[in-house]
Amino acid sequence: MAILIDEKTRIIVQGFTGRIGTFHAQEMIDYGSNVVGGVTPGKGGQTHLGLPVFNTVEEAVQHVGAEASIVFVPPAFAADSIMEAADAGIKYCVSITDGIPTQDMMRVKSYLRRFPENMRMLLTGPNCAGTISPGRAMLGIMPGHIYMRGNVGVVGRSGTLGYEAADQMRLLGIGISTSVGIGGDPIPGSSHRDILERLEQDTETKIALMIGEIGGPQEVEAGRFAKENMTKPLVAYIAGLTAPEGRRMGHAGAIISSAGESAAEKVALLKELGVTICPTPSLMGQTIAQVLAKI
Amino acid sequence: MNIHEYQAKEILAEYGVKMAEGGLAYSVEEAVQRAREIDGDVWVVKAQIHSGARGKAGGIKVCKSHAEVEKAAEELLGRKLVTHQTGASGKVCSRLYIEAGTQIAKEIYLSFLIDRVSERVIMIGSAQGGMEIEKLAETNPQAIIKIYIEPAVGLQDFQARKMAFALGIDSSQLNHAVKTIKGCYRALRDLDANILEINPLVLTHKHEIIALDAKMVFDENALFRQHKIAELRDNSQVDSREVAAAEAGLSYVGLEGDIGCMINGAGLAMATMDMIKLAGGEPANFLDVGGGASAERTEKAFRLVLADSNVKAMLVNIFAGINRCDWIAEGVVQAVRNIDMKLPLVVRLSGTNVEEGRRIIAESGLPIITADTLADAAEKVVHARNEAITKSLGV
Repeated sequence: MAILIDEKTRIIVQGFTGRIGTFHAQEMIDYGSNVVGGVTPGKGGQTHLGLPVFNTVEEAVQHVGAEASIVFVPPAFAADSIMEAADAGIKYCVSITDGIPTQDMMRVKSYLRRFPENMRMLLTGPNCAGTISPGRAMLGIMPGHIYMRGNVGVVGRSGTLGYEAADQMRLLGIGISTSVGIGGDPIPGSSHRDILERLEQDTETKIALMIGEIGGPQEVEAGRFAKENMTKPLVAYIAGLTAPEGRRMGHAGAIISSAGESAAEKVALLKELGVTICPTPSLMGQTIAQVLAKI
Repeated sequence: MNIHEYQAKEILAEYGVKMAEGGLAYSVEEAVQRAREIDGDVWVVKAQIHSGARGKAGGIKVCKSHAEVEKAAEELLGRKLVTHQTGASGKVCSRLYIEAGTQIAKEIYLSFLIDRVSERVIMIGSAQGGMEIEKLAETNPQAIIKIYIEPAVGLQDFQARKMAFALGIDSSQLNHAVKTIKGCYRALRDLDANILEINPLVLTHKHEIIALDAKMVFDENALFRQHKIAELRDNSQVDSREVAAAEAGLSYVGLEGDIGCMINGAGLAMATMDMIKLAGGEPANFLDVGGGASAERTEKAFRLVLADSNVKAMLVNIFAGINRCDWIAEGVVQAVRNIDMKLPLVVRLSGTNVEEGRRIIAESGLPIITADTLADAAEKVVHARNEAITKSLGV
């Protein structure tokens, strides 16, 4: 099995009838994802892409048994949509939206923590490319065809750098169990560590690749978790060696604002924790191959 | 987004934080006029640039007469100030804030920021104000008080009192301290600021609590609902290349190197810049052209990168996901033709329709260097840059 999603997962699209929601919903359907409907407030009762449109997430859960959702709602309204999904009993939500205010995400996280752990929705993103279990289901905006099914679990903050990694692996005949984008925002729904915990428990995953970058405490926290709790090897690449301090490098969260947040410092700390570091971004595939050969 | 000290003070005054009397000046005459309007015999002339550590850079001058104010204003207006936060190029001072001198009994540090570890607003205080908090954290971490604020309920009175007592504020000033602390928090929360720092907050001999300096940094993602804050943007304090990029809707950061870059995706952009560095080059910029790199957008990005006169060679690295390599290749060819680009250009395409994309570049007849992998692209662009420099030296 993979983690988070498979071919059976019942998916709804929030922001279904918009231009972006429509395009990516079709891409997901074409990939084989089990999209069962969508939500656009005020358009309930209509049919879109041959699927039912609901006014609320709650209705989608009641009528089509939605379990997972993907959010394409614009930044000003995205936090509200995520909380609506959590309230309706959605188990897993991916937020693609880029540009959500940080304080909105702070409130979203605080809201999610109010649910008992067994009823709490898992959120990945915002500002991510989504999640894919190759050959089974895609809950995201990635080019599905570059992902090959296999045993490497991937977690990363960047979309295109994740594509680069998947492509390098595919060219070496290495496949992926599940690839999870956690996004480039300062307050993400889930951290590297949250995803590594799941990859560690997944029987299909033999090795994990973490694609990190400058800014924030996440990568080192994940490295500590791996050292103390993981039996599977962890390989990491950290982007942003050339990034100057205090400048935001595209992603809202990619900014070095305190000690330990630069790429060089993260790499040094991860090495100390026993994580295998990809020396360059063009060697992500080869580094994985080398570590796999030793298992 | 950064704003000036005087702007942050205007905002905080509305939230009940007290300041010394002060006024803004764009010219020497205005500076003297402001000083005349302020009672007292000591004035502080403060350069308004987007940076901390202005004092060390000579940007803050204490004056004992109107003549001294005039002299200080003459020195500071139009001057480039270099601090450890501005980088070597420095920032030009075109506004001054003239403030009444304050009789300081005690200096305190107070800040609020969004903490990425706890995912809460954290209030930080220290009775040892005036010095940089980073240095204090190294030398005397016990002197720093941290209080976490639960987003659902916000800052509570007991937390503000706890901070006030820990900062050694006298009971007689407690109510005023609580009002100041809560005002700061409300300003941060209401206006979507990521950072609010008052260093120093001072206790005066007249038992007042005054913000002697103020810094606020705002969440760019929230400016759509903070119109008044968005209007405070001062583009003279921002790299002109970045101002142009923002107008074109591109994510760009100017750097010191000479290899121009255009990449899709922030992570891939950082990784590509890393490869350039590992290959012995230095990137001139970060540029994320985004997912839908249309021909028009590509040309805008090319113009932006090439507007930097330091650029000696350029690298394009696109991983086409939703996009297609053939569309991107057409956009690149069109941009090179329209701009009549003379500098060496290396293009690496991968992803959807890559063969078609490479064919379009090869058949364009343009002297574009193509690369297959990330490493190959970085090596080729560094090589092209070195050759261009050798050629220009006529060796």
